[in-house]
Amino acid sequence: MSEVALVANPNVGIAKPQESNKKYVNELTTLNLGPTHPATHGIFQNILTMDGETIVDSEQTVGYIHRAFEKIAERRPLYQITTLTDRMNYCSSPINNMGWHMTVEKLLGIEVPKRAQYIRVIMMELARIADHIVCNSILAVDTGALTGFLYVMQWREHIYEIYEEVCGARLTTNMGRFGGMERDLSKEAIRKINVLLDEFPKSLLEFEGLVKRNRIFMDRTTDVGAISAERALNYGFTGPNLRAAGVDYDVRAMNPYSSYEDFEFEVPVGTKGDTYDRFLVRGEEMWQSLNIIRQALNNLPEGSYHADAPHYYLPKKQDVYHNMEALIYHFKIVMGEIDAPVGEVYHSVEGANGELGFYLVSDGGRAPYRLKFRRPCFIYYQAFPEMIVGSTLSDAIVTMSSMNVIAGELDV
Amino acid sequence: MSDRKIQMVDAPAGLEGQGFFATSLDSLVGLARANSLWPLPFATSCCGIEFMATMAAHYDIARFGSERLSFSARQADVLMVMGTIAKKMAPVVKQVYLQMAEPRWVLAVGACASSGGIFDTYSVLQGIDRIIPVDVYVPGCPPRPEQILDGFMQIQELAKSESTRRRQTPEYKELLASYGIE
Amino acid sequence: MTNEQIAQDLLSQFGEEKIFGIVENYGLLNVTTTTETIVPLLHYLYQHPVFKFQFLTDLGGIHFPDAKGQELGVIYHLHSLENNVRLIVKLHVPIDAPDVPTLTGLYATANWMEREAFDFYGINFVGHPNLIRILNVEDMDYFPMRKEYPLEDATREDKIDALFGR
Repeated sequence: MSEVALVANPNVGIAKPQESNKKYVNELTTLNLGPTHPATHGIFQNILTMDGETIVDSEQTVGYIHRAFEKIAERRPLYQITTLTDRMNYCSSPINNMGWHMTVEKLLGIEVPKRAQYIRVIMMELARIADHIVCNSILAVDTGALTGFLYVMQWREHIYEIYEEVCGARLTTNMGRFGGMERDLSKEAIRKINVLLDEFPKSLLEFEGLVKRNRIFMDRTTDVGAISAERALNYGFTGPNLRAAGVDYDVRAMNPYSSYEDFEFEVPVGTKGDTYDRFLVRGEEMWQSLNIIRQALNNLPEGSYHADAPHYYLPKKQDVYHNMEALIYHFKIVMGEIDAPVGEVYHSVEGANGELGFYLVSDGGRAPYRLKFRRPCFIYYQAFPEMIVGSTLSDAIVTMSSMNVIAGELDV
Repeated sequence: MSDRKIQMVDAPAGLEGQGFFATSLDSLVGLARANSLWPLPFATSCCGIEFMATMAAHYDIARFGSERLSFSARQADVLMVMGTIAKKMAPVVKQVYLQMAEPRWVLAVGACASSGGIFDTYSVLQGIDRIIPVDVYVPGCPPRPEQILDGFMQIQELAKSESTRRRQTPEYKELLASYGIE
Repeated sequence: MTNEQIAQDLLSQFGEEKIFGIVENYGLLNVTTTTETIVPLLHYLYQHPVFKFQFLTDLGGIHFPDAKGQELGVIYHLHSLENNVRLIVKLHVPIDAPDVPTLTGLYATANWMEREAFDFYGINFVGHPNLIRILNVEDMDYFPMRKEYPLEDATREDKIDALFGR
């Protein structure tokens, strides 16, 4: 064996801006931002050392809503873990649900019919739009523009109505089953999706017209909280935040799942990795998502909306009452009596904030032996001090807002 | 006034005659309080997102006199705790409650704030009523905006019927003392 | 570049004593290594001219109470973005001396991931700049994700054992 020379990686450690070496003008003050500050959108504590308006140093504390998901997952049958995934990134629950379903399907070797895959794509892209609406409009609110928020929030409300039509719930959707969807897209759901496809672009254009080239907004966001592509990669950034820095990594394009390879879409990238780029990337992703939904809806294949996997897919209620076999399966599934095969599987989907991964280790029992969630928020939030040191407090607020850090996903 | 239909709150019970209206001070104060409650949204997770919907154009909590969200605890009347409160967060909730001025009400929104919800784990506080007194619980995981509004209206009812001296009574002091609040 | 090529390259570079347990799980290559080799191995993979495993996707702990002398494990998920190939590297340490060298010298992102693994499993990452609890309260005196610790909150009195089948 030859000796391996260790890499002297310049991208490790917090890069302090050059001028921070200068003597501070004022006496340093310590400012406690959070954990319940209204502008932090979630509960994180940032202890900032300030030189007047300028942030000199920042220290983060997280874990304020740590709920021990990974421990709970070790005690629950597989299908009950879907409810946990709802509560991770609660702005886009269907992506989490389906990511988890696909992980388990990979373990079980279930082949999902095309129709179910397309319905999943529609739902996941709707979720992405709902998530980006919140992020971008709240970013506008944080720069002082409340109107745009009220404009687009009604469309999030509309997306929730579509969720209700598909699964019955608004926010914590618990959508779908292992092997497909729980029910087919109803006529009403398709009508509502079509309304969204027709009407939402107008609202989105209006919102972009209000904000995108707005002088105040641009001044507040351009070159604020910038991160280079090299450092973003080293920090494990994924999703819109990485793409804003100029790296075109998108799980949907690189490792297509659920038939994403059938759709034409573009992966928007930014150049500077600043707050304005993140805003633009998210904005463009909404247009791409609309595009994907349109393609999926127009080419929705005929066929079954779920796989034929009686051991894992709950039978129809009608059959449970009239069919002995269905009753047995129903009982076994609901009581969590069905053992999963032994195996280790990693599956990742492109969540609204980045690569959302599930690493499932199964020892053949009813519950996972170990389930590790790769949560994009947890991983990229640690770069926050570096992104705000040297800037002002108001810049730190918009930087955090544009990173879209979701406390539920961060802390699990 | 134009012919636009504006719904006014009903006057409290009292004596009415030519040019005067007499009622008790309690009900007058209650009326004023109930229709201008300033909520402090203490949103930690999913229920906070539903609160966002409650606050936005579609459900519009402003219709109930609380368009002014008070992010400062000092000026808030209702503490709306929405979402899971971990044990790490518990002292913060208590501190926010202590910072609020009397009269103060507490609304526990969602299963987690009410009882810990599905998270019966080592790291989650099993209901905020273990650290602060709660007036109204809203069930649901998360509750729909209508439910949050309903819970909010229950607080309004409480505020309307509360006697002005309730916060000075020995019973109330005893209640606070049981939570270790002086 | 295939999984076989990667495995062959690693074997020829580090030898069979250092690289073992080579399996493929659902198309994903898994290799196991030792605590001494982990840092040179990841540095080697980082600067390899072809493989370029330069993205640390995830890092997590695991606990096997029955494997004597190898109770705790660390699982590294690597991703070569240029080749779009993923790799899982594992290592095992005894529970009474859970010392693993830190990766914070190579990946900035390893900082919080290692703190999380320390918080949950008590894996001691030697050389970590700030190895303190991250998600749990600081005065917690055990490592909650280890298998022997209970999930439930100990202060609940309304859960009767008979109702919960205990």
